[in-house]
Amino acid sequence: MELNSHIPDGPLEQKWSKHQFDLKLVNPSNKRKYKVIVVGSGLAGGAAAASLAELGYEVECYCYQDSPRRAHSIAAQGGINAAKNFQNDGDSVRRLFYDTVKGGDFRAREANVHRLAEVSNNIIDQCVGQGVPFAREYGGLLDNRSFGGAQVSRTFYARGQTGQQLLIGAYQALERQIGLGKVKMFSRHEMLELIVVDGVAKGIVTRDMVTGEIKSHLADAVCLGTGGYGNVFYLSTNAKGCSGTAIRRAYKQGAAFANPCFTQIHPTCIPVTGDHQSKLTLMSESLRNDGRIWVPKRKEDCGKPASQIAEEDRDYYLERKYPSYGNLAPRDISSRAAKQACDEGRGIGGTGRGVYLDFEDAIKRLGQNKIEERYGNLFEMYERITDENPYKVPMRIYPASHYTMGGLWVDYNLMSNIPGLFVLGEANFSDHGANRLGASALMQGLADGYFVLPYTIGGYLATVKPEARSKADDPAVKAVEQTVTDRLHKLLSINGKQTPTHFHRELGKVMWEYSGMGRNEAGLKKALEMIPLIREEFWNNLRIPGTGEELNQSLELAGRVADFLELGELLVLDALHRRESCGAHFREEWQTEEGEAVRDDENFCHVAAWEYQGDGKAPVRHTEQLSFESLHLATRNYK
Amino acid sequence: MTKNLNLTLHVWRQKNAQCDGKFVEYPAADISPEMSFLEMLDVVNEGLIRKGEDPITFDHDCREGICGACGMVVNGRAHGPKERTTACQLHMRSFKDGESITIEPWRAEAFPIVRDLMVDRGALDRIIAVGGFISVPTGSPQDANALPIPKEKAELSMDAAACIGCGACVAACPNASAMLFLSAKVSHLGLLPQGQPERYTRVRDMVAQMDAEQFGTCTNHGECESACPKGIKMENIARMNRDFMKASLTYRPATFGGGGAG
Repeated sequence: MELNSHIPDGPLEQKWSKHQFDLKLVNPSNKRKYKVIVVGSGLAGGAAAASLAELGYEVECYCYQDSPRRAHSIAAQGGINAAKNFQNDGDSVRRLFYDTVKGGDFRAREANVHRLAEVSNNIIDQCVGQGVPFAREYGGLLDNRSFGGAQVSRTFYARGQTGQQLLIGAYQALERQIGLGKVKMFSRHEMLELIVVDGVAKGIVTRDMVTGEIKSHLADAVCLGTGGYGNVFYLSTNAKGCSGTAIRRAYKQGAAFANPCFTQIHPTCIPVTGDHQSKLTLMSESLRNDGRIWVPKRKEDCGKPASQIAEEDRDYYLERKYPSYGNLAPRDISSRAAKQACDEGRGIGGTGRGVYLDFEDAIKRLGQNKIEERYGNLFEMYERITDENPYKVPMRIYPASHYTMGGLWVDYNLMSNIPGLFVLGEANFSDHGANRLGASALMQGLADGYFVLPYTIGGYLATVKPEARSKADDPAVKAVEQTVTDRLHKLLSINGKQTPTHFHRELGKVMWEYSGMGRNEAGLKKALEMIPLIREEFWNNLRIPGTGEELNQSLELAGRVADFLELGELLVLDALHRRESCGAHFREEWQTEEGEAVRDDENFCHVAAWEYQGDGKAPVRHTEQLSFESLHLATRNYK
Repeated sequence: MTKNLNLTLHVWRQKNAQCDGKFVEYPAADISPEMSFLEMLDVVNEGLIRKGEDPITFDHDCREGICGACGMVVNGRAHGPKERTTACQLHMRSFKDGESITIEPWRAEAFPIVRDLMVDRGALDRIIAVGGFISVPTGSPQDANALPIPKEKAELSMDAAACIGCGACVAACPNASAMLFLSAKVSHLGLLPQGQPERYTRVRDMVAQMDAEQFGTCTNHGECESACPKGIKMENIARMNRDFMKASLTYRPATFGGGGAG
């Protein structure tokens, strides 16, 4: 397998503009002859589908939800980064680029990240134009807040609902194209297979989730904006329907899967209450602007109410360990520090797996009204879930699976190693390295969808003829369709005793225990023994009531769990082979005496891209070397 | 720790839009008050699947009150008894041990039942598609700070933009009107300077689509406002009516001049 990143030559700052000029164009009157399939309707998929239709391409967009407006980008709370430097605090494209590469612990491509920082400003312009009601100052200009891993205020926000507002902007642009007949929308459709003919992506097979109909859809290019695979941990901040199915299917058709072990654990989520827990709710990182994180200094104090623990008996551990970033240390560092405090027996709450996020000082300093204005809806959400008033008692938080930096390998054009298959947003691996900074997911999703793919896809389409599109009765297409039908039939005919959720929960426990915040060789090897056992049990003891020819939520879930059972194993395998600690990937064997990550740039300054070899066969690990020409490969230091 | 609850559910079961539906009784035993309402349904469903029975179908996704996918009428109230709370954020501590709970889908002609508690809300998307947007192709806007927007206007716009499109307003309305949903979009965009060029065509087109989708008319009951999990206010309806009135009085069919030289 050849992994050519196709990074343009020339100085870093000029690569993107040079590349835009070098890309071939498709004549305006020829664009309508090309059909593009976009899977997913979130910030990446929705923005791409709308933008491609505006350009004149024929677009089909697919989502599993009942409406494209419900994609999980909607749940992002805190904000979106851009290098506008409206605060006059020293921000610039270069600084956003630098912070993102450093935040990702030097495991992302310089050229991609620089492009991301360059287009970040266009995104804010675009969103304001669409009517996104960003927070404003009294003078009518845009307001900013700070996020982890940055020393400037560059995060634009719309209360605690930034993702929702950005998604509604993209959704409205998409609906406009649907109304104009330029985009054909297929909601309640799940992509169950990628169609590859003669090594080129030609379409997808979907299941109509209402009628159960299995159908092939053919096009000149396929774009996956299907999100991350964080639900491999069962409990995560992802929506229940988020799955790794689309990218897993593409991987099995030959697309390389890059850095699957780079999974982000978000430090501030509401702790688990019991086995019934179906998902975890995030409390925005923006809360760390004003909230202070602490645990009791002594184990004996853990059972006491927070108000009875004196100031001098509290350990504000992030402020202590990382004085210059304090409570705004990056996510991976903050998560591990919370785990460490709880491992020492100083965790709080019923389960002992929790730390305080305390607003007492901020309320004293700014008044409750100001805090309410900034975080009112988040405080309300917290109270609704926990029945505790965070204006009076500190929030209890604990890390949870949140985001996956890993994903399908793509080149600079966002094209995978399968020609014609493009991958956008969280579904690809490209921009965040080993750890994503807060407020950068929205930025990347929209950058890919609005400002990168619409250019790069033209460069590809200009090289293919629209007549080359496969036909639905092509035997190669029919064969792919048949594999989907067969797999569903197999799932339905097991007739065992356990529910799909049972297996998902079992897998999640193994993933969280051995491949969560801390990983070591013995644990990862154990996970590699356990996952195949769960998978075997799944294929022998699964029960799905009903049939495939009707709406069947158990069948939908079972298909996703089946894919997670394979994806989880790949994640663990990748974690085992990456014998270093970097970003969110913390191998306990590689740490300093103080518990800080130790990177191995000599042996692991590369992207690991896995190639599928067939069921039951070990996948092959390929590497793409990362070179740092503009930045000095430095040890991250947030002290 | 508060003790667990034993409840009796009366759930609307309907195989598809063509079949008749009926209420079926299910016990929900040993339910932790820490569970969300949907987690309680998960527990019931796990039991049904193990017995080989069809689990209760319901829409849900984010489970944190923002995607708008979930929605069911609980004891006669859209999204259940707690104010400004979606069904997924409703917790079982809002119920008493031994209680009977009736669970039904949204009921409105414009929302055909898909299965059990799941309905088709495509009509709401179609209303947006005819005008619920600002026409701004990718790449065309000016700098974000070139146009200052008074904070109060931006805040009012944001209040309306908080709508999650769940359809609770329609389910709660005795007329099954979608006026709160529609007016939220009209206000969100119409309050902003960027939304001015299409302000009046937007409201006309969206109202026409709403009527075509078989939603009822608004007769100021106010049930929508109290059912809305995001606190969207009825003042949006007043704002929309003003715009609609003006749009109707000043409407002129579009005419286009002929081509010029060249």
